[in-house]
Amino acid sequence: MQSIDQMKTDLKYVTHGTDRLEGTSKVTGRVEYIHNLTLPNMLEVKLLRSSVAHAKIISIDTSVAAKLPGVYAVITAADICKIIPSPFYGPAFHDQPILAIGKVHYVGEPVAAVLAEDVHIAEEALHLIQVEYEELPAVFDEIEAAKSEVVVHDQLKPAGTFPDLKHIAGKRNTNIALDYQLRCGDVENAFAKADHVFEHTFKTQQLMHTPLEPMVSVGELTDAGLTIHSATQSPSFVRIEIARLLGWQENRVRVKTAFLGGGFGAKLYIKLEALAAALTLIVRRPVRVAISMEEQFYTITKHATSFNIKTAVNKQGRILGRKCEVWWNGGAFADIGPRVSQKSGFTSSGPYDIENVSIDSYQVYTNLPPAGAFRGFGIPQLVWAYESQADIIARTLNIDPVQFRRMNLLKEGVAHPTGTIMKDAALLQVLDETAERMKWDQPFNRGTEKLKRGRGISIGFKALVAPTTSMAVVSLAADGSCFVYSSTVDMGQGSDTLLAMIAAEELGLEPNNVRVIHPDTDITPYDMATLGSRSTFHMGHAVRLAAREVIEKLRVLAESLGVAGNEALNPRQLLLKKYGMQAGNIVGVGSFVPEYISPDKSTGQSTNITPNWMIGATGVEVEVDVETGKFKILHMENVVDCGTPLNPKVVASQLTGAAIMQLGAVLYEEMVFDEIGQLRNASFSEYKIPGIHDVPVVMTSHAVDSIQHNGPYGAKGVGESSAFGVASAIAEAIEDAVGVRLTTLPMKYEQICRAIHQNGKGTFFKSEK
Amino acid sequence: MIMANLNICFTLNGKPVEVSTQSHLSALELLRAKFFLYGARESCAQGLCGCCTIMVDGQTVSGCLTLAATLDGCEVVTIESLDANGQLDPVQQAFLESGAFQCGFCTPGFILMSKELLALNPNPSDADIRNYLSGNLCRCAAYPEIIQAVRLAGERIRNGQQLKQGS
Repeated sequence: MQSIDQMKTDLKYVTHGTDRLEGTSKVTGRVEYIHNLTLPNMLEVKLLRSSVAHAKIISIDTSVAAKLPGVYAVITAADICKIIPSPFYGPAFHDQPILAIGKVHYVGEPVAAVLAEDVHIAEEALHLIQVEYEELPAVFDEIEAAKSEVVVHDQLKPAGTFPDLKHIAGKRNTNIALDYQLRCGDVENAFAKADHVFEHTFKTQQLMHTPLEPMVSVGELTDAGLTIHSATQSPSFVRIEIARLLGWQENRVRVKTAFLGGGFGAKLYIKLEALAAALTLIVRRPVRVAISMEEQFYTITKHATSFNIKTAVNKQGRILGRKCEVWWNGGAFADIGPRVSQKSGFTSSGPYDIENVSIDSYQVYTNLPPAGAFRGFGIPQLVWAYESQADIIARTLNIDPVQFRRMNLLKEGVAHPTGTIMKDAALLQVLDETAERMKWDQPFNRGTEKLKRGRGISIGFKALVAPTTSMAVVSLAADGSCFVYSSTVDMGQGSDTLLAMIAAEELGLEPNNVRVIHPDTDITPYDMATLGSRSTFHMGHAVRLAAREVIEKLRVLAESLGVAGNEALNPRQLLLKKYGMQAGNIVGVGSFVPEYISPDKSTGQSTNITPNWMIGATGVEVEVDVETGKFKILHMENVVDCGTPLNPKVVASQLTGAAIMQLGAVLYEEMVFDEIGQLRNASFSEYKIPGIHDVPVVMTSHAVDSIQHNGPYGAKGVGESSAFGVASAIAEAIEDAVGVRLTTLPMKYEQICRAIHQNGKGTFFKSEK
Repeated sequence: MIMANLNICFTLNGKPVEVSTQSHLSALELLRAKFFLYGARESCAQGLCGCCTIMVDGQTVSGCLTLAATLDGCEVVTIESLDANGQLDPVQQAFLESGAFQCGFCTPGFILMSKELLALNPNPSDADIRNYLSGNLCRCAAYPEIIQAVRLAGERIRNGQQLKQGS
C-alpha cells in the first residue's frame, strides 16, 4: 500500500478533515433528537419499579391508581402477555421481561406502567399502586454469585443468535451466564519454572453511562404495523427483536432515530423499545416512554469486575505465563454482557507475547441493575488489571516500566495467545511515542515534601468485534446531488460527516453536497449497530463500495448512451440524456462483512479472531498531597493507533473525550449500593461525572502514523482507545509519587490518605522490591 | 393533585407573549410544550447539568428549576434568539469553528453561559472560563474545545469592540 503522505495527496477530504455537517443545527439548538418528539394524541408513561432486590410478586393492585382522574391505563405483565405470550427480550439471552412477571430480580426493575396525557398525573398514580412481594435471598457480589445457591434466574435462556451460547441453554441452578475460556501452552509449567510469580486481584466498580439525553422511545401504530421512534444506537436490531417478540415480519416494524444526545453503549440493542411497542399495541394510541436521569441508572450499567491475574516472569523480566480469571458482574439481565466477557475476555492477558496463557472469563448474574456495553466493551476493566500488574512487576524487578513493556509487547508477525498472527498493531510505536511525549528518559521533577509528583504509562488494546455486517446505499439525484442511506447512528462521534466525506471523495463531490439520511429501517439498509468503534471500518467500507458501484453504473450508462470524454461521468447530463428531463437516480449498494474464524470452544484458538486491533496508551504525571491524599493530574498524553485518521479534528476530540470520560471512572464515579441492593446515588448530586475543572491542565493527544491495510483509506476505529490506559497509568503515577498501590476503582483521595498514614496496611500495598 | 391554571405575560425572545400555565410546571416544560422551543433540554432535572439553561431578566437560570409562573413580567431569552437576524452569534460561530461539541445536547447551555461570561468579562483567563462553566456538564467531554471556543469568541468580541471604538 502507498504511504500516508501519498494517500493524503491523492485525497481531497478524507484524511484532511471537514467540520461536522450538522454543526450549525447543534449551536443553534435546532438539531433533532427523539427527546423533542411529541405526536398528536400521545400518552406519557411512568414506570413503577421494584423496591426490593429479589422477590416473588404476590399481587399487584392497580385499581386505585387506575381511578385517578387523568389516568388512561395502568398496565402490568398480565396485560402484556395477552398480546405477547412470551415477552422476554435481549440480544444474547431472552431473559428480560417487558414488565416483571411473577418475580423481580433487582431494585428498579419495571413492574407496572401508568399511561396518562399528563406526565405528572402518571407519576402521581405510581404512588397508588400496591405491590405485595415475598422477598427472596439476594446475591450482589460477582464472585459469590458464581457459586451461590441463590440463583437469579431459574433457567438460562440464551437467544438463538450466538452459536457459542447454545451449550448453556436450559442450564439450571447457576448464575454463570457464560464461561469463556482460552488455553495456550502450559501455564502451570510456566509457574513451576518461573523465577518470580505475581498474583493480584484488581476490582472495578459499577458505573452508568449517563448520556445527557436520557433514553426515550415513542411508539405509534401505522397501516403496516408499528413505528418506534427511538434514541437507539441499533435501529436494525430493534426492528428484528420487536418483530420476533410480536411474531411479525420485519417489514411491519419501522424504527427511526435522530441525532442522539450521547450513547456510549447505553442506548444499544433494545432498551425501552419493547415496552413502547407493547404499550402502543395495547392502548392503540401513540405512547412515549421517556425515562429520567435517575431511571437510567436502573436500566443499563457498566460491569463491575474482579480480575485475578497470576503471572510467571523470569529474571530478565520476560513474561513466561499468565493465568487470568475474570468475573463480570452482569446484574439481573444478560443484555450484551456475555459478549463482553468473551469478545474482550480473550484479550485479558494483555498486548503481550506470552507463550503460556490460560483465561477464564465468567459472566455472572446478580441482583443488581443489568450491565452491558460501555465505551470500551470491557477493555478498560482488563487493562486496569494487566497494566497495574505490569508496573508492580517492573518495580519489583527494578526494571524501567516502559522497558518492561517494550520487552514483552506483541510484535508484528507474532501469534497472540488465540493463535491469530498480529498485523497492523503499532503497539511498540504507540508505547514509544507516549514515552517520548512524557519525556520519559529525562530527569523528572519529583515535587516537594508535601506535594509529591509521580508518573506512569500504560498501554492496552482491543480487538474489533467480529463478524458484523454493514450495508449502505448511495444514490445520485438527477441534479448530481447525493444521498447516503446508512443505519449508522450519529451520537456525537461525527459519523454523518465522515460518511458524507467518503461518498464525496469517491464521487468527486463536496461533503456538504451529500445528504446522509438518518436511520429509518424502512429506508436505510441493515447495519449491525453503532458500537465498539466499528462504524468507520465497517460502514466506511460499505459507503465506499456503494459509491464505487455508482461510478460503475455511470460508466455503463455512459457506454450505453454512447457518451465519452468529460461527460461520461456527469450524472446530470447522463440522466438528462436517458430520460429527456431532470429525472431518475443512479443507485449503488455496498455491503461489508470482514473475514473471521470463531474460536474453538474449549481452547479459544482461532487463526483469525479479529479484523483489526485498536491500540491506546496513556501517560500521566500526578501531584499528590501527602497530608490529604488529594491528587491532581498535571499532565496527560493519550496516544493511539487508529490507522489513518480520516477526519483528524474529530479524531482528536474523540481522543480527549474518551480519556476525560474514563477519568470519571477513575476519580469519582461509582454506583453505591447498600446491603439490600438499594442504589444510594442515582443522580448527579451524588454521582459525579467529570466537569470542566477535571480536565488536566496539560492534555494532548496523538495518533501515530500507521495504516490499517484492510481498512477504508487505511483507517480503523478510534472512539474507545484513549480510555484504555488511563486508570492504570494514574495508579502507577500515584505509587511513583507516594508509594501507595491502589487495586480498586475509583481512586478516592481518602483511600490514598488512609494508606499513606497506615503505612500500606489493608487493601493497599507497595510493590515489593 | 391540585392543578391551578394561571395566565402569565412575559417577553420571549423579544416578543410579548401571554399564556396559560399551571402552578407546578417548570419554565422548561412551558417553553417546550407551548412555544415549541427545544434548545433548552431536560437532562438531570436537578439543576446540576446546565442543559436546560435559559436567561431570565438577563441572568442565566436552570429552566428545570424555575417555575413557569415566575416568568410573569420577565424578559426570557432562549438559545433560539441568538441567530434571530440570520447570523450566528460570535459565541455560536466560535463553538462551530472550534468543534466545541460532539452530541450537541449540552451545547445551548454552554453557549448561553459563555455569552454571559463574555458580557461580564470579554477577556477571561482559562481559569475564569473553567470557573464560569463549572456548572455545565458535557458527557462527551468536549471541554478542551469549549475552552478554546470561549477564548476565540472573546478575542473576536474584543476586536469587534475595538473596531467600533475606532470607527
